[in-house]
Amino acid sequence: MTAQNTLRSVGVPIVAIILFLLFWEWLVWFHGWPTFKMAAPSDLPPAYQRHWDLFLTMGWQTLWRTVVGLLLAVIFGMILGMIMGFSRIMRDALYPLLVGFNAIPKATVVPIVALMFVGQHDFNTVLLAFMISFFPIAVSVSIGLSTLEPEYRDILRALGASQATIFWKIALPKTLPEFFGALKVAVTLAFIGTNLMEIVSPHGRGLGALFDSGRTNSDFPLMFAVLIALAFLGIVLYYVVVALEKIFAGWAERSPG
Amino acid sequence: MQNLIEIKGVRHAYQTDSGPLPVLDGLEISVPEGGFVSVVGPSGCGKSTLTRLVAGLMKPDAGEVWLHGERVKGPRATVGMAFQNPVLLEWRSILKNVLLPLEIVPTKLSKKQAEERARFLLSLVGLEGFEEKRPSELSGGMRQRASLCRALIHQPEVLILDEPFGALDAFTREDLWMTMHAVKEREPFTGVLITHDLRESIFLADQVVVLSGRPARTQYVLNVPKHGPRTLDDLYTPEAAEQLNILRHQIEIAQGRAPAEEAQP
Repeated sequence: MTAQNTLRSVGVPIVAIILFLLFWEWLVWFHGWPTFKMAAPSDLPPAYQRHWDLFLTMGWQTLWRTVVGLLLAVIFGMILGMIMGFSRIMRDALYPLLVGFNAIPKATVVPIVALMFVGQHDFNTVLLAFMISFFPIAVSVSIGLSTLEPEYRDILRALGASQATIFWKIALPKTLPEFFGALKVAVTLAFIGTNLMEIVSPHGRGLGALFDSGRTNSDFPLMFAVLIALAFLGIVLYYVVVALEKIFAGWAERSPG
Repeated sequence: MQNLIEIKGVRHAYQTDSGPLPVLDGLEISVPEGGFVSVVGPSGCGKSTLTRLVAGLMKPDAGEVWLHGERVKGPRATVGMAFQNPVLLEWRSILKNVLLPLEIVPTKLSKKQAEERARFLLSLVGLEGFEEKRPSELSGGMRQRASLCRALIHQPEVLILDEPFGALDAFTREDLWMTMHAVKEREPFTGVLITHDLRESIFLADQVVVLSGRPARTQYVLNVPKHGPRTLDDLYTPEAAEQLNILRHQIEIAQGRAPAEEAQP
């Protein structure tokens, strides 16, 4: 049974990816598109081969800056979510500000940040990844905390437990499923943030800069190769979150039926 | 004899947008040590407010709540609570859920003794073999049993039950009534039960307090005879029928559907 399940959970996605690549290849071949219109999957291995060193170093740059931005988003988002979850006044005060901040297209923030901290490329990129991804975390934590049924609080409060104890023993673990749901969204958002900075304000670092150099050199297969590399990193990070969720909030998952 | 729970002239009102909403007005309840009182009354008459007052989760506007000769001013570790919603923590096993209060309340029990006690309570309510299960794997009635064990683990003087069986089907509820009697024999406590079920009120308690409609005051007190209904068959005797009739009539008065008579003697 379990072997069959593993086969299914690994095999099915791989088959789906292969089918997708075949369809893509067929699409390009069928229309006879040149690479500047759309590169085919078969154009990509040479691109990877030529620039493999660059892919490794720049992929790593993109990855670590995204992860640092995401970690900051988790810390800040949780603190903000806790403040809004526990205090009605703070929630009323901060929500419109947060929504307004989130509504600003982050592409417009890039030049501002780049000017504000000239030359601090790593910092700028991390900052943007952070800014774009903390919102869903803050909202989910605040909602998780503010919708905690009063009985949960009462069973501990009636015994004389402090607010901090109630938070650690009940509120925090109970919010974890929502938190991980938001984290899955935040992971992809953080990648968008990192790459926005790397592409819009290129500084020779990260996959975004590699993408930009592909554009200036009309190396179209390279551009597509970067997109696929980004997708790959996104998938890896996403499944890291899924694994963490299984460990820390696996209890929330129920077997179907 | 000193009463373990003493509620004297309690008044309370909630502040709402349209002014104060009085819920309790002139509440008098006393329960001797080891006694068990059921509180019945129309919906929304402030019964749950009463439990929160006894648990020290809130303070009345006026009047006094005494537990064991001490005035209640805040939460006390000598109280155990169970609600209609069993509020078990989904990420803990049943055993760990039962042990939760001992992580808050100071205890003399060692870890091993505490676990033994939890296992004993679980076996008392018929949950032997479910210690390592998650709450989501249990039925509603079983979860309520586990919640009862959690309320008792720290040997509280007072057990407050706020409609704990309200969401269960009739047969499961009767099962749990029998469990309550079995538990009380082994684990003595003084009980306050909030309920909407008149049969439940006389079956479990030795004193039934009928509250009037909002704002609630003590409208009537029925003393259930010592021998009286303690098995399910007892609920179908003429004596039980008579007690239920009295209570039903009092509820009708409380709801304003029957005229109030002269005060009870």
